[in-house]
Amino acid sequence: MAEILVLAEHDGETVKKVTTELLTLARAHGDPAVVWTGDGAEGARARLGEFGATKVYVAGSADYSDYLVAPKAELLAHLIAAKAPAAVLVAATSEGREIAGRLAVKTGSGVLTDVIGLTADSDSGGLVGQQSIFGGAITVQSRVRAGTPIIAVRPNAVTPETAPGAAEIEPVSLTVSDEAKTARVTGKVVAERGERPELTEASIVVSGGRGLGSGEHFALIEELADSLGAAVGASRAATDAGWYPHQFQVGQTGKTVSPQLYVAIGISGAIQHRAGMQTSKTIMVVNKDPEAPIFELADFGVVGDLFKVVPQLVAEIGKRAAG
Amino acid sequence: MNIVVLVKQVPDTWSERKLRASDSTLDRDAADAVINELDEYAIEEGLRLVEAHGGEVTIISMGPEKATDAIRKALSMGADKAVHVTDEALRGSDGLVTSAVLAKVLGRTGFDLVILGSESTDARMGTLAAMLAERLRLPQMSFASKLETDGSKISIHRQADYGYDTAEAALPAVVSVVEKINEPRYPSFKGIMAAKKKPVETLSLADLGLAADEAGLSASATEVISFANRPPRAAGTIVTDDGDGGVKAAEFLAARKFI
Repeated sequence: MAEILVLAEHDGETVKKVTTELLTLARAHGDPAVVWTGDGAEGARARLGEFGATKVYVAGSADYSDYLVAPKAELLAHLIAAKAPAAVLVAATSEGREIAGRLAVKTGSGVLTDVIGLTADSDSGGLVGQQSIFGGAITVQSRVRAGTPIIAVRPNAVTPETAPGAAEIEPVSLTVSDEAKTARVTGKVVAERGERPELTEASIVVSGGRGLGSGEHFALIEELADSLGAAVGASRAATDAGWYPHQFQVGQTGKTVSPQLYVAIGISGAIQHRAGMQTSKTIMVVNKDPEAPIFELADFGVVGDLFKVVPQLVAEIGKRAAG
Repeated sequence: MNIVVLVKQVPDTWSERKLRASDSTLDRDAADAVINELDEYAIEEGLRLVEAHGGEVTIISMGPEKATDAIRKALSMGADKAVHVTDEALRGSDGLVTSAVLAKVLGRTGFDLVILGSESTDARMGTLAAMLAERLRLPQMSFASKLETDGSKISIHRQADYGYDTAEAALPAVVSVVEKINEPRYPSFKGIMAAKKKPVETLSLADLGLAADEAGLSASATEVISFANRPPRAAGTIVTDDGDGGVKAAEFLAARKFI
């Protein structure tokens, strides 16, 4: 089988969950070969092998993190030329989609973004990507018909499954061109978010909205999130009001999430918000307005005062955890 | 500074958005058309830079004839002039083709800075800034939540899941913005009146030296094979809190094995 390149997302030590999802997806259509930039490949090798990686191409240069996007696209273009893979998979994060975009231009290839599944076309055997568009209203089957298919996969769309792979390390010697080193990263500012999982990767997300009434009340959302091991999200009304940092916004102008469980607290469910969460598997809602459109999506909803319902829920979760 | 802001007309998120059964392209007649929301932030940022450094803001938009509404909106906010790329042969163009056409236009107009919204609310690919930077061989300063420039170099806060990165580059550059960057102004009555007299140049593919078969659905590197409307969610259980709403919610979570 031909190789499928999987660009690893990692923090220099740990592989992100989305990479294990990509490996699971790639395995069904070829031999998954991980592309690793920067340090940490040796340490992560076992984990990559656990999810079926046959090879790990390692490009260790610091250029890949010192400059935005372009060096990684250059590396993938080099590997496409050298290894002739059947496809390239990246995570549909902001950076992953941008890498996909540059790579598409470099190689004259088609790119599908925000893919939630991959199947093989029954006639041609080529890859067909499933995409969920217009806030989940329409599911589209698409294919790439030029170059090497570049597929950006939405985090949390695939359940990672283990299958052993050799994860053989192969160093890649490539000098990043000066042209790819024009947008220099000068610093990194990490916002306080405690030990919570990342919003787009989390299997449970608890979001708060206008009903919270103030930034201080987001402590209630954080408390519920922590009792569930969840990430915290916020509606646009809440981020626009400055109650919670903008990068946690879920919706049309923020993040798209599809966790196993989405809990919407004090969120009315304007279309702008629903566009970012309605593909969640299970949705629970607490809102005082029984007419709020968010209830249309709810698997379970409580009409009531969130300042009474949420503390009781947190206490009950605590009781069950203790008992 | 010579600033170009890219503007896209999109179907309004608040109306029902559909694909055409015949060729799986966007049904532009089904939904109200509006300016892509994030583009308003790009326009605002361009206007602020010109107010601080002098120069002018040029709007470039690719789209059908009625995209003039989005262009007029941009001009009424205060942009100086516009270029409208419109051609029946462009219909169905994917991201790769769109970026090729826009790069051609940008080559004609020249610029110190290209600013665009980080994604459109219809396609939501979020790849155009990266594609343009690649085609124009320019630095990519994308997902900016803050932008500073002295006219020769630019530094940004690049929004990330963990907070933000700081990044810098020399001009000219391609910038994409997120909504945190500013608060777009509303067009004034005076601005709306003035916009009617501002120059809008209309370009066809031929004007750009491109053949009809270099654009549109047939030239695109991707294609939609089929689509289906998502079935509506089954109605859930809604309870009214009688003092035990939190307990009932916990019972639901336990039944679904979340706790």
